[in-house]
Amino acid sequence: MKVGVLALQGDVREHISALIACGINPVEVRRPSELEDVDALVIPGGESTTIAQLSEIFDLYQPIKNRIDAGMPVYGSCAGMILLADSILDAKQGQKTFGGLDITVRRNAFGRQVDSFETDIAFADGSDQLTRAVFIRAPWVEKVGSGIEILATVDSHPVAVRSKTLFATSFHPELTADHRIHRYFIEEVARPALEKVK
Amino acid sequence: MSEAKGTGRVKRGMAEMLKGGVIMDVVNAEQAKIAEDAGAVAVMALERVPADIRAQGGVARMSDPDMIEKIQAAVSIPVMAKARIGHFVEAQVLQSLGVDYIDESEVLTPADYENHIDKWDFTVPFVCGATNLGEALRRINEGAAMIRSKGEAGTGDVSNAMQHMRKIGGEIRRLSSMREDELYVAAKELQAPYELVKEVAQSGKLPVVLFTAGGIATPADAALMMSMGADGVFIGSGIFKSGNPAQRAAACVKATTFWNDAKVIADASRGLGEAMVGINVADLPAPHRLAERGW
Repeated sequence: MKVGVLALQGDVREHISALIACGINPVEVRRPSELEDVDALVIPGGESTTIAQLSEIFDLYQPIKNRIDAGMPVYGSCAGMILLADSILDAKQGQKTFGGLDITVRRNAFGRQVDSFETDIAFADGSDQLTRAVFIRAPWVEKVGSGIEILATVDSHPVAVRSKTLFATSFHPELTADHRIHRYFIEEVARPALEKVK
Repeated sequence: MSEAKGTGRVKRGMAEMLKGGVIMDVVNAEQAKIAEDAGAVAVMALERVPADIRAQGGVARMSDPDMIEKIQAAVSIPVMAKARIGHFVEAQVLQSLGVDYIDESEVLTPADYENHIDKWDFTVPFVCGATNLGEALRRINEGAAMIRSKGEAGTGDVSNAMQHMRKIGGEIRRLSSMREDELYVAAKELQAPYELVKEVAQSGKLPVVLFTAGGIATPADAALMMSMGADGVFIGSGIFKSGNPAQRAAACVKATTFWNDAKVIADASRGLGEAMVGINVADLPAPHRLAERGW
């Protein structure tokens, strides 16, 4: 499986390390030709307005949207969650997303950086172990549409959701040494989806 | 472990999210919006850009809270603000305003010529300037969650930024090549804590994100600093002291992402109009050099 990390801006390196720890040999994606080469994509944490804008300038916006529509498995953390949401609140005027997940996400919902936090959360991958989740100016999911599974919550706000091929967390598993969330994306989201295509 | 705010991971993690991005100095809400629209990952709210502080002289201090709040209200990206070196009350004020990062900055007039702020004492993260590895590690030891090489702010002359990035990079490479029993003396020479020196020697990098600042005025300058190993760039006077700020800002953002693609940098550099006029650092008398503030 060839997994790309969208490398326009953000904590690309941390996602690459986490994927390597899951036995994947990831590549950076900055150009349309690099996108064509990958089977699955990770959208890192970063500034969602910046990433959206760079994707338009460098002709990646529509190709990513098309791949999402065609069923490419994608995982987005934090800014990545915002970029996968069909609709966003507290957005910059005219801010675009790739969309695909039928959710409404509120940007910076947990507050500014002074309100950023880490905590132990339950993640519904079948394990009863808690996982340490780091929330940085994090969004939350305010509304979920049909076919969206909620995998984790904080104070009753969904912070991890998935559809068939798309998966998003408002926290940053790439900042911890626990690679369970990335493994979940690879083994439970991407691999089944890609095997079906074959 | 339960919920915790202001941990090292939360503070340093915030800087990780800014990587590959451009942080721009802005003096009002209108400029902040231009910066956000151009793709800035954050803005630095201040009353006067370094070039004006230089030109007008006098004591430079923390910005008016009203002005910072107007900028916070105008944009959705992170807002940073500067406190004077050692002025922990200015930092407390900025934290109470909810700024996302505090820059304990040599661009403002220092409040304390011996001690920096004890940054562990705060929930909000700090970025500090450094001209060499020892200085960077002393700031990290005081709790800085992000380092920027100082360069020489407000000049549009990139030579000092280059010198500081080479110095920091060179000193890291030197540590990495040392025997473990030589690190004690290296720590003494760097005037930095042994534990941090050992960590850098083993990992081959700073334990926090390293940005570049001071004198970056063109897309090629930004790309140059990225190729020297910077994780991202601060652009102060370079944007809003130029002929066409919106276009120059967007061009610097492009060049920072595609720093290793000369064709993209060439396209970004076309038709930008006048760059900031600039001052050669060599022509600045030593007392007017900001990089020498902080120790």
